[in-house]
Amino acid sequence: MFKLLNPNKIFQVTSKAPKYILFLFVVVLSVGLTEALILSPEDYKQSDAVRIMYVHVPAAWISLGIFSSITFLSISGFIFKNKNFFLIAKSLAPSGFVFNIIALVTGAIWGKPTWGTWWAWDARITSMLILALFYAMYLISWRIYESEEKVFKITTFITILGIVNVPIIKYSVDWWNTLHQPASINILSKSSIHPSMLFPLLIMTAAFALFSLLIFLMKYNTELIKIKNKGLDRL
Amino acid sequence: MINELLFMNGYGVYVLSAFSFTLLSFSALYLITKVQFIKEQNKFVAKFGSLNSEKAKSAKSQRINKEILANATNN
Repeated sequence: MFKLLNPNKIFQVTSKAPKYILFLFVVVLSVGLTEALILSPEDYKQSDAVRIMYVHVPAAWISLGIFSSITFLSISGFIFKNKNFFLIAKSLAPSGFVFNIIALVTGAIWGKPTWGTWWAWDARITSMLILALFYAMYLISWRIYESEEKVFKITTFITILGIVNVPIIKYSVDWWNTLHQPASINILSKSSIHPSMLFPLLIMTAAFALFSLLIFLMKYNTELIKIKNKGLDRL
Repeated sequence: MINELLFMNGYGVYVLSAFSFTLLSFSALYLITKVQFIKEQNKFVAKFGSLNSEKAKSAKSQRINKEILANATNN
């Protein structure tokens, strides 16, 4: 199975895919923005401020998803002694970090008109900030450690520590009294969000997922070329 | 219509700044990643160009190296 993950074979696909993904992203984002800013209804309580949800929520979902994937890949890389898993994890991290920052900043912008404050040390906001710190530590580790073995160990350790925070972020609204409302979207039970708001939210989530895929592919290709550059030095 | 869209019942400043921040972050991340990719690709092409014919032949036997060079000439 791991033969399929051979970078030499993967590059044939990953080098051509970005232009198609970019086109698809622009199309889906255009539909999403039209839905989110023009066609979707305003909320009965929050009025038009609710539209911030269409960037805030997908950004938070994707940053959590990426961190979970990075952890899974790092642990798998360690178990199966496969460097490519670490390379994929490293290439996913920049978009995960940027989505985390977007979630924090758009959350602060949304907080001002709805709660009357830019920032509160609420359980969910604080745990999202902690996730951003884990992302930062992960990315910095790749920059400062040159030894491959050392960086694999340290980044895996950071992700294992950081993954403990992911369920805290998810369930913080149920475990503690926070400014955030409980989850409106449930996969296993009926969601409390109206379909007219759920549709743009899902379209924007798809656009954000395409963007993170685009950045991942570009970053992964860069990492592969970096390795090949070192290979040329050794010839 | 446009005024209504921008004003958004008084929340326009918040909504549009949240969307603008998101799109600016996307553009910045895309540009940084693209620049890093092009830089690494150019480095590869320059290194490949400096190889002697025997080494270049051996390097070209790897499919990935051929792909990188082909992509660099297409871009």
